[in-house]
Amino acid sequence: MVAEMKATKSDLISAECKAEIDEWVAKYPLDQKQSAVMAALRILQDDNGGYLTTELMDAVADYLEMTPMAVYEVATFYSMYELSPVGRHKICVCTNISCMLCGSDEVVAHLRKRLGIGLGETTEDGRITLKEVECLGACVDAPMCQIGRQYHLKLTPEKIDEILDQLD
Amino acid sequence: MVNIEIDGKKIHAREGSMVIEAADDAGINIPRFCYHKKLSIAANCRMCLVEVEKAAKPLPACATPVTDGMKVFTRSAKAVAAQKGVMEFLLINHPLDCPICDQGGECELQDVALTYGSDVSKYSESKRVLPSKDFGPLIGGDMTRCIHCTRCVRFGIEIAGVYELGTIGRGEHMEIGTFVQHSLSSELSGNIIDLCPVGALTSKPFRYVARAWELVQRDSVAPHDCVGSNIHVHVKGDRVVRVVPRENEEINETWLSDRDRFSYEGLNSADRVQVPMIKVEGEWQETDWETALHRAVDGLKQVGSDDIGALASPLSTLEELYLLQKLMREIGCGNIDHRLKQTDFSDQQEAPAFPWLGQAIGDLEGNDAVLLIGADLCKDQPIIGHRLRKAALSGGRISSVNPADFSYHFPRLASRVASNMLAELVAIAQALLDETGKAAPEEFATLSKAVEVTDAQKQIAESLLKGQSSSVLMGEAAINDAQFSAIRSIATLIAELSDSRPGYLPAGGNGAGAWQAGALPHRKAGGRPASVNGKNVAQMLQSEMKAYLLLNTEPEVDCADTDAARKAMQKAQFVVSLSPYASEAVMAYADVILPVSPFTETSGTFVNVEGRWQSFEGVVPPLGESRPAWKVLRVLGNLFNCDGFDFVESSEVLAEISTAAGDMGRDNSISWRCPASLGSASEYRAAADYAGDGIVRRAESLQAVAQSRV
Repeated sequence: MVAEMKATKSDLISAECKAEIDEWVAKYPLDQKQSAVMAALRILQDDNGGYLTTELMDAVADYLEMTPMAVYEVATFYSMYELSPVGRHKICVCTNISCMLCGSDEVVAHLRKRLGIGLGETTEDGRITLKEVECLGACVDAPMCQIGRQYHLKLTPEKIDEILDQLD
Repeated sequence: MVNIEIDGKKIHAREGSMVIEAADDAGINIPRFCYHKKLSIAANCRMCLVEVEKAAKPLPACATPVTDGMKVFTRSAKAVAAQKGVMEFLLINHPLDCPICDQGGECELQDVALTYGSDVSKYSESKRVLPSKDFGPLIGGDMTRCIHCTRCVRFGIEIAGVYELGTIGRGEHMEIGTFVQHSLSSELSGNIIDLCPVGALTSKPFRYVARAWELVQRDSVAPHDCVGSNIHVHVKGDRVVRVVPRENEEINETWLSDRDRFSYEGLNSADRVQVPMIKVEGEWQETDWETALHRAVDGLKQVGSDDIGALASPLSTLEELYLLQKLMREIGCGNIDHRLKQTDFSDQQEAPAFPWLGQAIGDLEGNDAVLLIGADLCKDQPIIGHRLRKAALSGGRISSVNPADFSYHFPRLASRVASNMLAELVAIAQALLDETGKAAPEEFATLSKAVEVTDAQKQIAESLLKGQSSSVLMGEAAINDAQFSAIRSIATLIAELSDSRPGYLPAGGNGAGAWQAGALPHRKAGGRPASVNGKNVAQMLQSEMKAYLLLNTEPEVDCADTDAARKAMQKAQFVVSLSPYASEAVMAYADVILPVSPFTETSGTFVNVEGRWQSFEGVVPPLGESRPAWKVLRVLGNLFNCDGFDFVESSEVLAEISTAAGDMGRDNSISWRCPASLGSASEYRAAADYAGDGIVRRAESLQAVAQSRV
């Protein structure tokens, strides 16, 4: 006999995402499912076009048997999680000390000019979001930025134009 | 023990304790914000930095364990410089709105800034500002003032067991909040007001009411549950304007339930009667005490003493309950009862001397197995819930058998929801018999034939058997159940078979005291059998007495059968109400209203569920012409020409009760009576939140909380 399934908040998570989260859950001790919270949030953020909603965070809480508040705390603490819609491409420009000394101000100024948006804003066509971030650990090649999973190093205005032209 | 030295003072400190604890014990003050003795150590405010010999940097006293030979300096140049630096950083974003802040005058930040801060700020940049947050009707959230000590967050996670406040964001952008806006749901939520070292979390009902230095603090005891939490009542003029916990490690520790904290609003309700009133030809008239009292006595004399019924609230003091039963018995009437919500009285003759917890409240924490029966702890006794939560968190296995899915803030081994709790209990008892191989008591086999023992019941039985210290506790939903006597029999059997302590959690702040004072139809003070067996509350309402004498009671809402109560009151020829309040309903059926004092306006005694007698003084004078009920009952005794009503002080009444009831044993064992049958399932009707007594029902902010939960 099949037991009637009760609707739960984690129903919002697709089967594929659940399978991916389960891989992370399996890496931790059985009673410490919540250790997979960061991975779960990343998976769902990618699946949701780059940002998290309260419903998705509640779904993670439900799925990993955590208090919703504990998930909110993680999601708001790390700057890699987005809590409102972002563009198709997220350009994260490091403005921390090494990059700043090597000219990140010019990088930011050029991006602002090219895209016509400020830091933390998204182009009108929803294509690109510009974001200021802290050190991404590539000081040796400063100034730098991250787009998607890709680091772009030793940035110059020309190089930035080249990168932007290649984005869809 | 280790030997340490703080500021040159030699101290024996407990091994493993922190420097700040040793300093506190020795009376040496170290400033702090995030540290609180009842919460985990966060060490994030850095205010308690001290110099320790041979340590390169100043260390936080709250997170530095004592070691033998340690030398600590709290006021050395290095320590003071560190403290001053921390203070400067804490004040960077703190607004200078002390003149309009409710915390002003009792603010830890103000006090510490005065001692450890600079007089002028070097900071001239803009300050961080946050919008106020809505945490519900009880707690104001001015988050701009928050210094991120996280005491409130840790309280929620560790003490209340409700993780609803958290730290959102980080660094400069960190905020304390619920993320998704909602009212705080914990029944202990008000404690974060006390914990907050600044004016970020303040009491909403107390907002802009008074300054700390205008208040007089007086001691009292909370009347709303059987815990008897110790309280400080804050008085401005002759008005109670705030209630905060009075620390008592054995009872409420440093905590207080929201009900005990905010119920004071009901004391200042517009429903308070200030002048004695009598109904003359259907019209209410204000009158003087003499006229009203004579009217009451004349009215009662017109009906036979057998036709009078006295109903008293278990919120009444020991003295009031004692005098009421004495008066009734002196005039030859045995119809008196305080068990307003109880429905099954069939085993009252065999009942224990008084409903006792079976242990001290503090000992609840030490239980390693507990079976809760019909106990809605969050609603009825939040402090008991907190103690049991501690037991659960330290490995105690707690199970529940309830008529509805009551919520708890701790994990349970098994949670059984049964419309017939008796059947569930019989199965647990049967599981115990199977496990132990003990002989079943007489006739039990016929009863248990009909039930099947499931794994969950076996699990509960096993936990109780394995427990070195275990309890079986009956809450209000069990005591008020239609099959209470049968539940009591089986619960006590379960306790006997598993070597557990049977215990009760009766309603009201003086439920235990009411039994000791003899506010019962079948027993006099001290538990001695009454010469005439009077009617119990259900019988009094069903048989529609000619006259009723009500003490702090509104039967149409306080009694189990509210319809019968309303009808009985309306039909009665004569009703005298001794109450601080007159609702429309009371005005409709009563004939005499004698305004009596609530617990803040009279001296008296409450007996808590441990059997602890806690006497208190009035904290404000009686409102208007109202008078303490014990005085009113004494004069009624005089007017009825009864002997032994010549008390001058309430302490004389207490002395008389002590003689009669002082040596009452604490024993919950009863002789075995096999229930006739498993009975039937009954529908459980949950009472509304914060509706337990007249004071709480008139506390506006608590009612707003109750409304928001519907």
